[in-house]
Amino acid sequence: MYRLRAVPGEWIDRLAELAFEFEGKSYTGFAGDSISSALAASGVMTLGRSFKYHRRRGIFSLANHDANNLFQVGDIANVRGDVTPLAAGMRVAAVNTTGGLERDRGRFVEWLAPFLPVGFYYKAFHGRKFPRWEQRIRAMSGLGRISAGAPRQRTAKRYAFCDVLVIGAGPSGLAAALSAADAGARVLLVDENAKAGGCGPWSGASQGELEGLVARVAATPGIEVLLSTCATGYYADHWVALVEPTRMTKVRAGAVVCATGVLEQPAVFRNNDLPGVLLGSAAQRLVHRYGIAPGKRVVILTANREGYELARALRALNIAVTAVLDVRAGFGGDAHGLGDLRCVAGVVPQEALAGRGGAVRALRVRIVGDDARPGSLETIACDAVLMSVGFAPAAALLAQAGATLPYDVALQQHLPVKLPAGVFAAGRVNGIYDYAARRQDGRDAGAEAAAHARGGHQGARIPRPENSRQVSHPYPVFQHPRARDFVDLDEDIQVKDLLNSAQEGFDSTELLKRFSTLGMGPSQGKHSNLHGARILMRARGSSVADSALTTQRPFYHPVPLKQLAGMGFHPERYGAVHDRHAALDAKFMTVGGWQRPEYYHDGDASRSDCIGREVRAVREHAGLIDVSTLGKIEIAGPDAGAFLDRVYAGSFSDLRIGMTRYGLLLDESGIVRDDGVIARLGEHRYYFTTTTSGAANVYRELLLWNARWRMDCAFVNGTGHRAAFNLAGPASREVLQTLTDIDLSETAFPFLAVREGRVAGVAARVLRAGFVSALGFEIHVPYRSAQRVWDALMAPASGVRPFGVEAQRVLRLEKGHAIVAQDTDALTNPFEAGLGWAVRMGKPFFVGQRSLRIHVRRGARQKLVGFEISAGQAPQDATVTEANLLIQNGNIAGRVTSVAHSPTLGRTIGLAMAAPHLSEPGSNLVIRAADGRQVAARVVRTPFVGAV
Amino acid sequence: MKLIRCPLNGPRPLLEFVSAGEVRQPPDAATCTDAEWTAYLYNRASVPGVKREWWCHTPSGYWFIAERDTARDEILATYDAAELAARAGA
Repeated sequence: MYRLRAVPGEWIDRLAELAFEFEGKSYTGFAGDSISSALAASGVMTLGRSFKYHRRRGIFSLANHDANNLFQVGDIANVRGDVTPLAAGMRVAAVNTTGGLERDRGRFVEWLAPFLPVGFYYKAFHGRKFPRWEQRIRAMSGLGRISAGAPRQRTAKRYAFCDVLVIGAGPSGLAAALSAADAGARVLLVDENAKAGGCGPWSGASQGELEGLVARVAATPGIEVLLSTCATGYYADHWVALVEPTRMTKVRAGAVVCATGVLEQPAVFRNNDLPGVLLGSAAQRLVHRYGIAPGKRVVILTANREGYELARALRALNIAVTAVLDVRAGFGGDAHGLGDLRCVAGVVPQEALAGRGGAVRALRVRIVGDDARPGSLETIACDAVLMSVGFAPAAALLAQAGATLPYDVALQQHLPVKLPAGVFAAGRVNGIYDYAARRQDGRDAGAEAAAHARGGHQGARIPRPENSRQVSHPYPVFQHPRARDFVDLDEDIQVKDLLNSAQEGFDSTELLKRFSTLGMGPSQGKHSNLHGARILMRARGSSVADSALTTQRPFYHPVPLKQLAGMGFHPERYGAVHDRHAALDAKFMTVGGWQRPEYYHDGDASRSDCIGREVRAVREHAGLIDVSTLGKIEIAGPDAGAFLDRVYAGSFSDLRIGMTRYGLLLDESGIVRDDGVIARLGEHRYYFTTTTSGAANVYRELLLWNARWRMDCAFVNGTGHRAAFNLAGPASREVLQTLTDIDLSETAFPFLAVREGRVAGVAARVLRAGFVSALGFEIHVPYRSAQRVWDALMAPASGVRPFGVEAQRVLRLEKGHAIVAQDTDALTNPFEAGLGWAVRMGKPFFVGQRSLRIHVRRGARQKLVGFEISAGQAPQDATVTEANLLIQNGNIAGRVTSVAHSPTLGRTIGLAMAAPHLSEPGSNLVIRAADGRQVAARVVRTPFVGAV
Repeated sequence: MKLIRCPLNGPRPLLEFVSAGEVRQPPDAATCTDAEWTAYLYNRASVPGVKREWWCHTPSGYWFIAERDTARDEILATYDAAELAARAGA
């Protein structure tokens, strides 16, 4: 291969020379080159080694499917050389070699080929009969080198919307985009290539015509063009994944036009994988995009008009074409006007012969004569064999969208039929090959797509233009007795491998694929699935028309994991006084998405000392905890009380105004779902809290119940509207009284009361709470004023110490209070959790009541009990953690749900879900600690502490 | 990603919705047997076909009814729960 003089329309900039390195040697290419084209122009024929046999491989498709031309570029593995733009200073090496591309020690595998039949890999691994082989195979599998130290490449994701998405910017795609835009649609046109135009330059479009089309698209305001962008997956309702080099776009379209074209398929004959044997369309890309001649003496192996067009194009550039060899019996009228060029029909390729350096030096063929003359063998010297024998549709996205793709025997191609509403096909994927007809098909599809996107109107599909000629050979497979007739270049699969698979019983396309690994390499069968089906069906004495193609699921084209990972966002929720916590040197923890202080650092004190000091502050003076993350819901309306009676297990319509009551929410099976405090603010108005993690779900569940019952009440989720602080401890009343006009005296503001008034000048709701201490006030204030209230409560003179979630857990444990979802689980009913006092079984109805009747009749299967670990066990205390098991006679008899060292009592206390017979105070428990040791504990009454 | 037509908010992506399963009438708690009650709690008909389901548009907290053909993965109709009685009777 060598660089030609400038070719009209080429992609390269011959003034911008780029130096790079390949396998340690220096080369140059031009801006606009791909890695593969730059190497080809420099005369490098071997670009990689094949996966299994480590055979030399060169350019094959140049269409983003060259699975044997994957490169390591610096730290990045498996870069696709056929499409990745060359950059100055690139350091490129082949993957899948040991000791370099030229001297690859992996070559030995090919000598062992007779011992590595199809399916060897499964057989070797099954039952581990060949451990040494298994090791060898594992060491050799995989491509590229992952560099652990490589910097992370951040790729973004975004959403986009359009009326009509056109996939493929070839002649029919360009026409579709223009006609859709003319009809008023907002169009997004995407193409995986770096430039628009597709196969236009070699399929009938004149250079000027094509440039005109591209320019019109660029000048149309309603069309956005995304190049180097692969549409890799179609999802429900026209939701398509577009993968760009450094970004993924998820586009929602009103309608989709697939003008995705076709994938040229190779001829299968011995040594059809040698460097220098390539697809005709690859040669066209070399010439028209990169100004590179595929060879100096070219042989074209063909079965369609495209092969002859290729010969004309090459000759026009003074590239010597030695012969056009047609595998059909006749020329089909395609060979006219080629003058002195040798054209031969009835050719059966025998094998390609390799020269020094491993590239092709000759093609050996049998020329089948007519009746008068016998056939003859001939060896034709050449340095390139260009194969143009047929195509397969790039119809994966259509199949994903739900189209069926029966095999059209007249055309020898799968054609999309029964397209789902809003999905259209145009151009060669539709079986239309002639340039004018393709443009017309594109225009029609674009207009229909625009009409669909605008009004959902699905006009009658304008009939597909008749296709006058067959471009695909029905069976361009020429098996050789000595094999190396490759069907799948990714996985080195030969014709005999497929026949052997079928003989072993893997004789459907799906089974064949999995056993032989056909189509499972990086190009995902784009050049092999169709031939695989043809070979299989012929072996079965049937036709490919009767076989099902394997489903090409998303992603149609391999997508780097970095693209799927995206930026890695982890949203965090901050409360109103987050800055205050940070200023107090809080150690934060994540609770239901919120950042909450776990505890506050106190000088160099250890974690447990910090928590201990916070606990003592609450017991001895006063502490303040931010409980803003609690769910805060308001319900109002004449039926508000009756509604709460129905959803909560307790009774609330009889709650006095100005009072609160503990509320327990069950599900229909009687399981504890959530809890909180319900305050009655007025005749028809209640305000209540939910757990932090349950806030969103409880609110939604209440809305669902009322959607079903349709009672006269309304809900507001005020979780984010208000902050809440719990001021707890014996001094809390005197601290708060200095800041509020509410009378906090025991008579005016008894336990469980709620009052509205001002705290630090801010409108507040204050609830007398007893969760962590006998005396405590939960102060709910508007979010915007929260800092003012926090600062006033935390004024140095007050002596109030902030405490975090950990101290709160210890404090409530000392009080014997269970936490829903910590001390209960998805099997716990309220009687088992010691919450029977919060259930009014006598009510006419509440959610979970019917199930609780069954539970009551059956009796409890477990009970939540308090336990303490005796002082004698002190050295082992620390080893008991939540979820440790209770053991009795070698059997599991329960589990620890909460455990902590109580600074107030000076010993370890906890809650455990225990078998009923172990639940009486005084019962002895044995806990199997995390380290396996058994720790003795004793059941005690709760609360653990008295009235503090 | 599927689009669902919320009766209140128009077509929105599936991501914004949650489902609470089929619309079902619980048996009369006062008269039903334990077996009938537990069957209501735990048994679901998973036969593909047209189902009438509760769906919620979570950003707006709006529950509505969707009639969905689970065999064809197609949403046939969505409407406000107030229409449920009239439609279910039809």
